[in-house]
Formats: sequence, structure tokens, C-alpha cells
Amino acid sequence: MAGTPHTTSLRTYALTRLALALPMVWILLTMVFLLMRVAPGDPISAALGGRVPAEQLQERREAAGYDRPLIVQYFEYLGEIARLDFGETIVDRRPVTKVILQNGAATLELTLVALIVALGVGISVGLISGRYRDTPLDIAGRLFGILIYAAPVFFLGFLAQIVFSQWLGWFPSSGRASPVTSFDLDTPTNLFLIDALIALDFDAFIDVLKHIVLPATTLGLVIGGVFIRLVRVNVLQTLQGDYIEAARARGLSERTVVWHHAFKNALVPVITIIGLQIALLLGGAVLTEQTFNWPGIGSELIRYLNNRDYIAIQGIITFFALLVVAISLVIDLVNAWVDPRVRY
Amino acid sequence: MLGGRFLAPIREARGVPLWVLWAGIVITLVFIVLALFAPMISPYDFDEYRTGTGERFGKQQHPSADHPFGTNVLGTDVLARVIFGARTALEVVILAVFFSLAVGLPLGLVSGYYGGRLDRLLVLIMDSLFAFPYLLLAIVVAFLLSDKIGRGVFTAAVAISVVYIPQYFRVVRNHVISVREESYVEAARALGAKPRTVIGRYVLQNVIQNVPVIATLNAADAILTLAALGFLGYGIQPTDAAEWGYDLQRAISDAGAGIWWTGLFPGMAIVTLVTGLTLLGEGLNDVLNPVLRRRPIQAVILPERQSRLPADQVGV
Repeated sequence: MAGTPHTTSLRTYALTRLALALPMVWILLTMVFLLMRVAPGDPISAALGGRVPAEQLQERREAAGYDRPLIVQYFEYLGEIARLDFGETIVDRRPVTKVILQNGAATLELTLVALIVALGVGISVGLISGRYRDTPLDIAGRLFGILIYAAPVFFLGFLAQIVFSQWLGWFPSSGRASPVTSFDLDTPTNLFLIDALIALDFDAFIDVLKHIVLPATTLGLVIGGVFIRLVRVNVLQTLQGDYIEAARARGLSERTVVWHHAFKNALVPVITIIGLQIALLLGGAVLTEQTFNWPGIGSELIRYLNNRDYIAIQGIITFFALLVVAISLVIDLVNAWVDPRVRY
Repeated sequence: MLGGRFLAPIREARGVPLWVLWAGIVITLVFIVLALFAPMISPYDFDEYRTGTGERFGKQQHPSADHPFGTNVLGTDVLARVIFGARTALEVVILAVFFSLAVGLPLGLVSGYYGGRLDRLLVLIMDSLFAFPYLLLAIVVAFLLSDKIGRGVFTAAVAISVVYIPQYFRVVRNHVISVREESYVEAARALGAKPRTVIGRYVLQNVIQNVPVIATLNAADAILTLAALGFLGYGIQPTDAAEWGYDLQRAISDAGAGIWWTGLFPGMAIVTLVTGLTLLGEGLNDVLNPVLRRRPIQAVILPERQSRLPADQVGV
């Protein structure tokens, strides 16, 4: 019986949270439409103006429906998004959903490995820094955090390429795999690490792993800098908690107090932090991909920006907007599930 | 007297926070000096590629006596570009912080003070902007603006401020909401002060205390955003000014040839300036924020007793 109100309230929370997410989605979509369609005029002329004859331009504009009133186009845009149709790129006639699936997988692989690096670095340095507040260890940890935060991801990438690729020759500095591997490997999931495992191709796996080390570590370190700060502050706060004093008063060893009482509680908010870092992660991914020639969705976005392909840009940006809302929704639900106090 | 009150927390600061603050002040000042006096300090102009006698510097030359940081792929002096880059960075960041404050602060004040439907709408819009990956937002705005008015300091500053407006809005609004219910604000209202006066005199004065810390930390972040825009090719037109992010973009292709000086120095400049601003912001926060402030325990000085009896007379 005791479990009944609990589950009901979680469901209520989930529904309320979902209802609150909808206006945000609507506002983001409207902003994307206003930015991408109203500001520049019609996408076909923007991308192809001056490159194809005027009649052909007009033909393509009409075929795509850009001669109709904006409000009609707006509702059509919303309708297409509801059917998960993000349009077709102008310059190379690729459906944007395909761009998202293929290049998005490369970005997903990069960001997941980067997140592992970030959590490893952020949690360990943050815990040590917080535990030994104001000692040289803490100052070193904080300084490391600040320096990492202050270093643009492409500068770290540049240094990594010089040191580990040029001088030491340990890792390749660009791409996802060497030509042989990308030619041989079947890529059903487009996550090359997984694909290599499925194919039981050990050499390919090593090759792919070598390619991902530098970009993922670079991106991971930058995100890790944020984790360091937050974990440290959390440790400081939990160490001041009454229950820590109580645990000490009960005569528990310092080791038990710190590991079982302080650190565990200091790490719960990290879930939320991961959610908040998604924006940083995506932005960082765009830069990392440019630095390491990683064929992810960020590289594609920049390519389409340079080609002034407004439909592709609009599609990719819309996808990012939906992704961000979806992730923050999931994070909030996980939080509500872990910590009942969060619920409305 | 006023200065004394505002500076009191800084004078009371001891230990780590004070060092952090001073390190931040010194680093930031160095860059401000570089920016202001760039033409005097720098050996060459940022786009100069030959000596007075018309001899070219040469491309991608190793650091030497003539070019302490070497030359880059365009054949210009890297040191000159690093020094002039400070000027660009400060120009853009000051403009960006000003724009974001000019929009974010009034919106936050009004939204927080009046509440209601306007507040809900603004919060929703700002939250949506805030949730969106900030770099992508800046890129898209810079892309659209560069189509209309070209790339330059103004475009970069607007693109960056779009990112920070929601942050100022949030902080200011939330603070206003907590201040709004304070008794001195209520008293002012009860005395018949107009909303303008209440907001301007009582609420703003209180809220504005947060601004230096946020502005400094945002300035640090803005340097990174500017560099990122430059790196992606949506920053400042390279012929107009020197910009560190753009230089790093050009340096990435140098890395394959083992050329390190074209990227190392602009990168170091970014790291140092961002670190300086972060230290300054953190130091200010540690020193000004009463919750984090650790005051030194003041020695208690007891007044000396007027007359002390010699020990042997005690109890006589």
C-alpha cells in the first residue's frame, strides 16, 4: 500500500513536466523558424542564387512552396517536425534525418567516450580537491580545473596533435578510422567501436580506438573541468552537513565518514550536472569535430553553414533543440525518481 | 566613506581568496595594457608581412630574434597578432557584456518585480534560449548577421550577447523576487513611492551587487565564445583585426607539419586571459559573497586595567 501514492506522484510529476516541456518546444521551433526563414528570405535563393538560371530558381522555389504566405509555411514546418521530417538539404539533396542518423552517430560515439573521460577526471579531482580543502592538493586541483576551463577545446586539440601525433606518433590526428578500416568495416550502427566488436574485427577495433583517443580526451577534459568545480563544491557542502558530524560523533573512522557518507551524497547532483552540460557537450563537439576532422553532425552543420544551405541548417538546429528538451526531460525524471523532494 | 564600505570585504580578505583576487587583477591589467597600447608595444602591425625595406618576413618561420614568436602561414608576425588580439578580445567582450546587461538587467527587473503573465512568458523564452547549446546559438546569429551587415566587432558582440542575456535575466529576476518582499521595499511602497522609484532606488541597488561577479565570469566565457566563433570562421574578418580563434584555425593545419608556434602563442593568450578573468571573478565572489566569506578571527584586545596592584599585595 505504501508504494501506491509514491508511484502516482511520480506519474503526476512526469505528466506535469511533459506538459511544461511542450511550450518550450514550441517556442524553440518558432524561434528557429523566425531565424532561419523570415530573416534571410527564401532558402533556395539564398543557397543557389546566382548559380542557377532565374527560371530554374523560380521553379524550385515553387516546387518547395516558398512562394506561399509565411504563416502557411510556418504551420507546414510544425507539421513536418511533428512527423519527424526535417526536410532535405539543398546543396546535396540528402534528407536531414539521414544526416542526423549517419553523422549523428559519429558525434554520439565521440561524446559518449568524452563523457566517460570527463566523469573520471571530474569526479576524482573534484573529490580530492574538496576533501583536502585549501591544501596544496586543493589549490592544484582548482588551478587544473580553471586552466582546463580556460583552454578552448581546439587549443587543447592543437597541443594534443602536436605532442601525441607529431612528436610521439602515438595516435592519428584526424578522422574516425584509417582508410583500410573504413573500407573493410561493415557499419550497421555507425558507432564504429560497436561495429568493430560486432564484426569481431580486433584490428579494426584498435584502429578505431586509436582514432577516438585524442578527440574524446580533449573534449572530455574540457567538460571535466566543469565537473571538478561542481563536485568540489558539493563535497565541501556535504562535509559540513549535520549527519557528517553525527557520523563522526558515533566514532566512525574518517575513511568511512568520507567515503560512505560524504562522497556518496556529493555525487548525487552529478546526474543533474550531466544534464546541464549537454549544451556544453554539443557546442564542444562541434569544435572538436572541426579540430580533428571528425565527420560528425557538427562538422556537417559547419559545412552547410558555409554553403548557406538554410534547410539543412534549420533541420539540424531543430534537431538539436528537440534533443536538448528531451534530455532535460529525462534528467528531471531521473532526478525525481532518485530524490522525491524534487517533485512538484 | 562609501568606498570604504565597498572595499571593506577586500581588506578583510585573507589567504587564498586574496591571492586569487590579486592574481586575477594583475593578469587582467596586463591584457588591458596590451590592448590599449598595442601599436606601441607590438614590433609590427597585425597584418604587416614585410619589413620597411620591402623584404618579406617569410611564411611559417621559426621563432627568431626578429620574430620572437615566429611567423604564420600568411607571413605575418605571430607576436604582433597575439598583442593586437588582446585589443579585439577586449573590444568585443566589453561590447558584449554591455549589450547583455543593457537587455538582461531591465528585463529581469521588470519581470521579477511585476510578475504575472509577462514574467511567465519572458521566463519561458529565456529558459528556452538558455537550454539551447550556446555556441550553436552564437554561430547561427553570427551567420545570419554576417549575411546582413558583414563580419566585425559589432556582429561578434551581438552574437555573444544573445548567449548571455538569459543568464543576466535569470540572476536578476530571481534576486528581484527575493528582494521584492523585503520590508524596506514594502515600506517604500507603503510610503507611496512610484514603482520606478522602488525599482530604481531600492531593488536595483540591491541587485546590482551581483553584477560585477557575473559580468567578470561572463567576460571570461565570452572570450572563449569569441575564439570559438573565430575558429569556425564566423568571427571577425581576418583583414580587419587580429583574432586568436581565427589564428588557431589556421594553425590546425600547421600541426600536421609539426609547426607549433603559430598555435601555441594565440592559445596561451586565450588561456591566460580567461584564467585571469576567472580568478578575478572567483576572487570577487569569495570576497564579496557573505556565505562563502571566511573572515579572519579578530584578536580581542582587552582594555588595560588602570592600576595593577603588585602581585604580593593581592588579597591584602
